[in-house]
Amino acid sequence: MKRQEKLSYMDGVHRDGRIWSLSIMVLMLLYPLAICLMFGAVPDGKGLLMGLVATAPMYWAVGIVETFTYIPMLGAGGSYISFITGNISNLKLPCALSAMEQMGVKANSEEGEIVSTIAIAVSSIVTTVIIILGVILIVPLTPVLNAPVLAPAFAQILPALFGGLGVVFISRNWKIAVAPIALMMILFVFVPALDSGTVGIMVPVGVLLTLLQTRIMYKKGML
Amino acid sequence: MEFSVNHPMLFLLSGILVFVVLVQSVWFLVKALRRARELGMDKTKLKKLIVSAATFTVAPAIAIVISVMTLSKDLGVALPWMRLSVVGSLSYETIAASNAVNAMGLEFGSAALNASQFATVTVVMTLSIMVGIWLVPLVAKKMQNGMISMEKRDKKWSELFTAAMFIGMISAFVGFVFCDVLSVVEADFTGVIPVLVMAVSALIMLASGLLVKKLKWRWLSDYALPISLVLGMASAIPITAWLS
Repeated sequence: MKRQEKLSYMDGVHRDGRIWSLSIMVLMLLYPLAICLMFGAVPDGKGLLMGLVATAPMYWAVGIVETFTYIPMLGAGGSYISFITGNISNLKLPCALSAMEQMGVKANSEEGEIVSTIAIAVSSIVTTVIIILGVILIVPLTPVLNAPVLAPAFAQILPALFGGLGVVFISRNWKIAVAPIALMMILFVFVPALDSGTVGIMVPVGVLLTLLQTRIMYKKGML
Repeated sequence: MEFSVNHPMLFLLSGILVFVVLVQSVWFLVKALRRARELGMDKTKLKKLIVSAATFTVAPAIAIVISVMTLSKDLGVALPWMRLSVVGSLSYETIAASNAVNAMGLEFGSAALNASQFATVTVVMTLSIMVGIWLVPLVAKKMQNGMISMEKRDKKWSELFTAAMFIGMISAFVGFVFCDVLSVVEADFTGVIPVLVMAVSALIMLASGLLVKKLKWRWLSDYALPISLVLGMASAIPITAWLS
């Protein structure tokens, strides 16, 4: 009976998620179409083609890898929201991780799925509302938020975020954390191409390497 | 209708999309809360979870507002508002917009866009970024079922699998923090700033953990991550002044 309930909740999440994703995808595609119709404009054919050739292949490749990497961590509900609202690695996933830690639930349990969904939904709502307020108040806020004194703080969000988050998860899983962290540090220090622009690509690499190492350690009875 | 990157109609279009996205989040929040109630999850804990998730989000969300401001110089306010509320990020959107503008023989940041150019930029940004939106509905259920069957086969490995994924992601970002440290060889210490900020944030997290354990400040555990985030960011101001 309990299993039946679990399946029906999850089935409902997938059904709703598919409807929402499809609807929002259609709306996103209608956005440029509406601009064209309202202003009597036609997109520049060459600019469109060349712009897409220069941008889309890389973004699609990264997008596909990110999708397969993040779904198991975000859970179903969290994935349907996060892949619409974005900012996954720097906001939604850390928020979900912290929430599951706070609630003491496992990521692959139904409670974990619920907690992750609640945290990501709240985070998305708060983000969207803050951006709306920012847009409404953009004139008075621009000089304040772009003040030189605050710039270093906003430039260092990721280190500040992963310092706190890292302590929690590394201390709890130090046996599997030492090697991938050491490897990533070496790679980022000595490979000049690795920087803020490529960190997103290195997430799946880090995940795959850590999974491989963990599997070997597990098979050898080291965990 | 005469076009402008800040035309009220663009705000209306962006507003509609942002509103729908907001409703989607509310929808899933209500659904998850209902299920939590059915499962008898602790209401007080859930309330604390909501408050701490909201608190944690404030600083990164303000950073997104700054990104909207940055992009608004070239694209107006309406399009960056929509793009950064739906999927996008500053770096992705800047690259996509620059590629589209450059492909039209213009220079991003130096030309006022007409309606046709603006529509071109919008299409390139939209089509490039929307992979996850169509791919998640196609694969999420299968992947989730795979995770469930993995858990049934081997519970311990399933838990290690999830932990390894989290650690893999965190390791990439911890590595990234060190990406400019070699600048010290040239007597430039700016590359150490992120390392020190991360250290401050980590120390605050450790101190919070100790306070929770030793002084039984249980409330602190709910806010330890937002506190370490904000104080870590604040520490960047004196650290940057010192090392720049």
